[in-house]
Amino acid sequence: MSDGSGGSDGTRAGTGGEADRRPSGRVDVCVIGSGPAGALVAATLARRGRDVVVLEAGRRFDPAERLRQMERSIRPGGGSVWEMGGARDAFTSPGERRYPLNAARVKGVGGSTLHWQGMVMRLHELDFERRTREGVADDWPIGYDDLAPYYARAERELGVAGAVDDPFAPPRDGPFPMPAFPPSYGDSLFADACERLGVAMHSVGNARNSEAYDGRGPCVGYGTCKPVCPSGAKYTAEVHVAEAEAEGARVVDRAAVQRLEHGDSGEVVEAAVYATPDGEEHRQEARRFVVACGGVETPRLLLLSASDRHPDGLANSSGLVGRYFMDHLFAGVGGRLDEPTRQNHVGFITSECHQFYDDPGRATRGIPGTDADVGSIKLEFLNYAGPSPVEMALGAEEWGDDLLSVLREAYGNEIAMGALVGQLPRRENRVALDRSRTDDHGNPVPAIHWRIDDRTKRTIERANEIQRAILSELGVEITWTVGPENTGPAFHHMGTTRMGTDPEESVVDSTLRTHDLDNCWIASSGVFVTSGAMNPTLTIAALALRVADHVDETL
Amino acid sequence: MELTRRDALAALAASGALVAGGASLTWDRLSRADGEHGEGESAAFDGEEVATLVAVATVLYPSAATGVPEFVETYVVGRIRDRPAYAAGVRDVLSTLDASAESWYGGRYATLDDGDRDGLLRELGVATAEPNPDGTDAERLRYYLVNELLYAFYASPTGGRLVGIENPQGYPGGLESYRRGPRS
Repeated sequence: MSDGSGGSDGTRAGTGGEADRRPSGRVDVCVIGSGPAGALVAATLARRGRDVVVLEAGRRFDPAERLRQMERSIRPGGGSVWEMGGARDAFTSPGERRYPLNAARVKGVGGSTLHWQGMVMRLHELDFERRTREGVADDWPIGYDDLAPYYARAERELGVAGAVDDPFAPPRDGPFPMPAFPPSYGDSLFADACERLGVAMHSVGNARNSEAYDGRGPCVGYGTCKPVCPSGAKYTAEVHVAEAEAEGARVVDRAAVQRLEHGDSGEVVEAAVYATPDGEEHRQEARRFVVACGGVETPRLLLLSASDRHPDGLANSSGLVGRYFMDHLFAGVGGRLDEPTRQNHVGFITSECHQFYDDPGRATRGIPGTDADVGSIKLEFLNYAGPSPVEMALGAEEWGDDLLSVLREAYGNEIAMGALVGQLPRRENRVALDRSRTDDHGNPVPAIHWRIDDRTKRTIERANEIQRAILSELGVEITWTVGPENTGPAFHHMGTTRMGTDPEESVVDSTLRTHDLDNCWIASSGVFVTSGAMNPTLTIAALALRVADHVDETL
Repeated sequence: MELTRRDALAALAASGALVAGGASLTWDRLSRADGEHGEGESAAFDGEEVATLVAVATVLYPSAATGVPEFVETYVVGRIRDRPAYAAGVRDVLSTLDASAESWYGGRYATLDDGDRDGLLRELGVATAEPNPDGTDAERLRYYLVNELLYAFYASPTGGRLVGIENPQGYPGGLESYRRGPRS
């Protein structure tokens, strides 16, 4: 086990620009990426005495910066809270639909959990068996039962506030680590209308402290969860980065991995070559490698690592690295009610409906069914519909009494529902290399080829139909709809290094080890075979814990 | 509606300024002679600069707001006392505003009547300017004065309450208000 002193030369990387970022000697495990997957793998293995180095492309953000970042997120003209953009993060989006990649991710210690919403749900059993049960997409090589114990561990690791009140949820053993957040006043407005229509409301799993947990305090209601929680109540992967370091792991920030290098046989990875701010390149050698840098940078890194032995990129004998890119799509309907709706007090939601997940075409006593071929729908009752008065004030052209009148007119009566729907995996949706453009190190940038298929569009329409029925029953004057034509991604990158049993049809096996490389695993939503319609991070965390077990067994 | 120093402290918390106690956040704190500032502390604002700041706030805030001078004092002092560069930016735009008032209206900003104060800000283009600390005069005025003071006001519980939300975004008002109905 590492003594924490770091490199082979006895130095240790720190966090500042002058930190020593030279490599450690050959370690047990090199983890690339410090988001939830990488951090959980690192912490789990370090706890077990393994010598771990984590390489993270972005910088370490000091928690003392969070309040200023929050202010920047509220005040206009503040720029990217998490410093995304520029040459480092260049990309292209040549697909049918533009993909706003840099709004969808964060490079920094903690990864995209720095800016995530913090919603954590388990996939349903159906999600693992779409081919068998629906005749679409493919089955996963593992089932819900394989993941259930890891889901429970993941809920404890992240700290999930939840309740066992969702009649549509998959089976689970035991309660959540923390009680659910009580429903909002806005939820209570929906309740009668949903009851009349036969629509069930239930709590939401939140990776956000409803009470003190794991050394972090409860939520205090800043209302800015996404993009930044100043209080630390919302889980970020910094929690497990800190634990990994406390257990002796070494985390090197601003260490952008350029490529993986394999040995002579081409069957094992020998080193991760990374660049540091001083312009140097270093080789971190390890016995095992875990690539955990998200659904876009993971396939990009494998493709950038092409060699004579692997001319199409590492782990890519199937030709599928980067393919089957998926995201969730947003569907929403909103409007105004003739009474106060009390929105924007907190930045998270407290009620959802999973009734239309396994059977999205089902009829209720107030909503007609449909026989159309549609996918899963997850409905959300929003607590942040309409404008935030403070944000609106800062962009207004009025001030004084005029401004107050404008704010009072705009705020108070808005109400809205959201929804996530998944898309089927399709080969043509992919992350590739765009060799016409390079990043700050001269590497081809990722190109996102993305389009939305007809089934997904039908599913969005079905979600809108259900939402309109509920809002109309409530008496809402509907003023806006996000439907198939103006939908956007939920920023959940999935499917670019898919899991499977056949090396010709997948990139990793059921343990998430690459088919082609004996000592390389992928911990990421990139391994998802299907997207489901649930926020993916809890599944990412569960898979990461499983990866850690498998890696540990081989050491 | 009375603005209090406590509101200003709440706004400071929302702006990232961690303040142990509000009592010491007076202009006095910044009014020591040069050379007497604590390490990292901002240099003094003189009386005329203070008057201009309060005059701008009076234009920006609804007429129902009272206690504006004390609110501005606590907020601005807490905001800039350890941020010399930021204080310099505020002082710079106060100078710009006063110079414009002198040349267009014949007196410093604080001496103008309410209509002229409002009119001058509009004539400078502040109403439609994008906030930018490194931009044009209008953009810097929007950033350092207008949005600074509006943020202080509307991210505070008192300012929020005027609109109808006692726990506005940026204010850590706890987990009760989101569950309360409008009449509870």
